Amino acid sequence: MHGREKTKEGSSLVPGCTSMEEKPGQPAPEETPSNAPPGTVGRELFGYVGIEAVLDQMRIKTMKTGFEFNIMVVGQSGLGKSTMVNTLFKSKVSRKPTGPGYEERIPQTMQLQSVTHVIVEKGVKMKLTVTDTPGFGDQINNENCWDPIVKYIKEQYEKYLREEILISRKRKIPDTRVHSCVYFVPPTGHWLRPLDLEFMRRLSKIVNVVPVIAKADTLTLEERAEFKQRIQEDLKAHGINVYPQEDLDDDSDDRLLNKKIRDKIPFAVVGADTEHQVNGKRVLGRRTKWGIIEVENPAHCEFPLLRDLLIRSHLQDLKDVTHNVHYESYRVQRLNESNQLAPSPAAGLLGKHEMESNL
Amino acid sequence: MASSEVARQLQNDNCRPLSLSGHVGFDSLPDQLVNKSINQGFCFNILCIGETGIGKSTLIDTLFNTSFDDRVSTHFHPNVRLRAQTYDLQESNVRLKLTIVNTVGFGDQINKEDSYQPIVDYIDAQFEAYLQEELKIKRSLYNYHDTRIHVCLYFISPTGHSLKTLDLLTMKNLDSKVNIIPVIAKADTISKTELQKFKIKLMSELVSNGVQIYQFPTDDETISKINATMNGHLPFAVVGSMEEMKVGNKMVKARQYPWGIVQVENENHCDFVKLREMLICTNMEDLREQTHARHYELYRRCKLEEMGFRDTGPENKPVRVALLKGYKDNKKSVSHSYSSVESLQETYEAKRHEFFGELQQKEEEMRQMFVQRVKEKEAILKEAERELQAKFEHLKRLHQEERMKLEEKRKLLEDDMIAFNKRKAATELLQAQAFASTPTISLKKDKDRKNTSFM
Repeated sequence: MHGREKTKEGSSLVPGCTSMEEKPGQPAPEETPSNAPPGTVGRELFGYVGIEAVLDQMRIKTMKTGFEFNIMVVGQSGLGKSTMVNTLFKSKVSRKPTGPGYEERIPQTMQLQSVTHVIVEKGVKMKLTVTDTPGFGDQINNENCWDPIVKYIKEQYEKYLREEILISRKRKIPDTRVHSCVYFVPPTGHWLRPLDLEFMRRLSKIVNVVPVIAKADTLTLEERAEFKQRIQEDLKAHGINVYPQEDLDDDSDDRLLNKKIRDKIPFAVVGADTEHQVNGKRVLGRRTKWGIIEVENPAHCEFPLLRDLLIRSHLQDLKDVTHNVHYESYRVQRLNESNQLAPSPAAGLLGKHEMESNL
Repeated sequence: MASSEVARQLQNDNCRPLSLSGHVGFDSLPDQLVNKSINQGFCFNILCIGETGIGKSTLIDTLFNTSFDDRVSTHFHPNVRLRAQTYDLQESNVRLKLTIVNTVGFGDQINKEDSYQPIVDYIDAQFEAYLQEELKIKRSLYNYHDTRIHVCLYFISPTGHSLKTLDLLTMKNLDSKVNIIPVIAKADTISKTELQKFKIKLMSELVSNGVQIYQFPTDDETISKINATMNGHLPFAVVGSMEEMKVGNKMVKARQYPWGIVQVENENHCDFVKLREMLICTNMEDLREQTHARHYELYRRCKLEEMGFRDTGPENKPVRVALLKGYKDNKKSVSHSYSSVESLQETYEAKRHEFFGELQQKEEEMRQMFVQRVKEKEAILKEAERELQAKFEHLKRLHQEERMKLEEKRKLLEDDMIAFNKRKAATELLQAQAFASTPTISLKKDKDRKNTSFM
C-alpha cells in the first residue's frame, strides 16, 4: 500500500514508490499489458489540478444515496435495551411503554423483531434498522438460545449474497446485514456468566459484537473498574474478539485509537429518555432520590463513548468490517459448502474460464 | 432535502420516518466515508485514443500539470498496441493512482481494419480481471487495484469537415464499454467559426450514427446547471502545452506562434479549462460510478449469460421453481433469489456434466481410433506373414522337386554303371573262354596268362 504522507500544503511532493516497469516499445506484437499493475512512480504536480474535488463529489453522491445502518440489541429482559436504543438515536425508536402497570409477557420462545426507521440529520439520510431480541436468555433452559440470532444474521448475509450473485443485479443492493450487535451484560459485578461467554464467543465470529454493561448506575466507580477488568480478562482468556478487532488494525494510527477504545470496553452505560433540569440545562437523565444521573455526562457513565463509537466515529468502519470481513468469510464458507456437493459456481466460472482459454 | 419530502418518499419503503429530539451525530457519516476513502486512495484510469502525433501525451501532461515521462512514438508500428503507465499523484491529502493507457500506432497502418480490436480487447480484459476477482472464493475487493478504464478521451483530428470513418467505427464499438469523451485535438488550427460548424457537424454525425458518448449527469441540483451547459460544448476543442510564456505579467502555459500566443488556460482560446473542470473537478466520481454500475454490469451480464448461467426463470428450471410459482408475490421474490445460488450451481453442474460427457466421448473416439489402427496394422502384418509363408512353401517345393530329379538322375547313372560293369564282366569271361579252347602245352603259360589276365 502507499505510504501515508499527509501534508497540509496545496500541491505536494510524493517520493516515487518503485521504479516504473514499462512495456518495452518493441515492434513485436504484444497486445495488452499484463494484469499485474506495473510499478508506479510518484509524480510531482506543478500546480493545482483539482483532484481533491473528488472528495466533494463523493460527499454529494453519498448524501444523495443515503446510508443504511442495522443494529441488533441482545440481552435479557429488563436490562434497558429499548431505552438505550432510544437514547442513542434520540427518538422513540422502540415503542416500549415503560410506565408502571404495564405487563410485558416474556415470550415463550425468542423472537426477533426488526423495526426500520428513516432519520435525517443535516441533510444526511439514514435508514436505521433496529433488531430487538425479546426473550433472549429468559427461559429456564437457555441452551441454544443464540441459534435464532445466528440464523437471522446468516439469513441476512445469504440475502445479500443472492443479490450479489444475480446476473442482472440491482445498482444498489439493499443492505440488511447486521452491522453491529450490542450485547448487554447484566451488572453483577463479578464475572461474565457462561451464557454471556458462550453467546459472545459464537457471535463475535460472524458479526461485530460490542459488549456493554447495562444499568451501570448500580455499580460504583471502583466496582465498575474491577468488573471491566475481569470482563476483559475473561474475553481474552476465551479468545473472544469483540469490536474493534485487534487483527484488523491497519496502521499505527488506527491501532492507537482502537487500543484506547479496547481499554474501555465494555462501556458502562445508563439509558434514559426523559429530560430533567440540571443547573439550568435540560439533560437526559434518570432521577433518583439521591441524585440525577446524567446520561451524557462522561463522569457519570460512558454512554457518550458508546455513542461516539457507534455513530460518530466508527459507523462507517463497522459497516466496512461487516462487509469486508464477516460477509466475505460467510461467502467463502457458503461457496465452499456448495463446493463439497459440486465445485462452486464461482470456482466453476473460474475453472471454465481457464478451460475455455486453454481450449 | 426537506424531511417531509423524505418522509413521503420513504413511506413507500415501509419505513417510518422519525424525528430527532437532539443531535445524534451521524451527520458526520459522509466525513467518515470520505476519510476512509482518503486512507485507501483513489484510482482513475484514462484511455487516450488518437492518431500518432495528435497530442495525447501533451494533453495529459497539461491536464494533470505534471510531466509524465512519455517517449515519442514512431509511425511505423505494424499494429495497434496499448501501453499503460501508472502514476501516484497526491494533492493535499488526496492520493490518486492514475493510470494512463495510450494507443500506440493507432491510425498509422495502411490497412486500418483491425485498429479498434486491440482496444476493445484491452477494455474487456480489464473487466474480465475484475470479474475474476469478484468471482473468486477468497477475494479481496477492497484493496484490489482497479484497472478498469473509467474514461476514454477520443482525439479527433481537426480537419474541420467531419468524422473519419475510422473514428466512427472505433467509437461505435466502444460506446457500450466505456465512457467516451470526444475532444478535438490541436484546436489552434481551426478558427472560431469553423470550430462552431465543426462541432455541430461532429455531434450530428455522432447522433445520427447512434454513438452514445458520455453525457455529464444532470440529476443533482448542485452540478446540473453547469453540466448541462458543458454538455452543449461537447466535443471540447483543446490545446495542450507544457511550455510557459510570459503574457502580461503572468507565466501561463501557451504555444507561441509568429502571429500570436495561444493560451491553454484561456477560455476564449480553447476549451481546455472546461475539459479539466468536467473531467477532474466535477465528474470524476460519476465517471467511476458509471463504469462500475453500467459498463461493468453489462459486461458481467453478457459474460455470465454467454457461459450459460441464468437467473431463475420459470421456463428453464425444473421442479423447484414450478412449485414456487404458486406462492405469493413477496415470498416468490425471496424464493426467486433463494434458488439463485442453487440455479447457478445446477447450471454449473449441467455444464460440467456436458463437458465431461464431451471429454468422455472424445476419449472413446480416440480409443476407438487407436484400436482400429492397431487392428489394421495387425491385419497388414498377418498378410505379410502369410505371404512369407507361401513363399517358403513354394521354395520348399521347388527344392523337393530338384532333389527328386537329382535322385532320378543318380539312379540312372547307377544303373548305367551296373550295366557297364556287367558287360565288362561278360566280355572278360568271353575272353577267358577263348583262351581255354586252344590246346596249349604249357599249362604254365595258361597259368601265367590266367595270372596276367587276373592282373
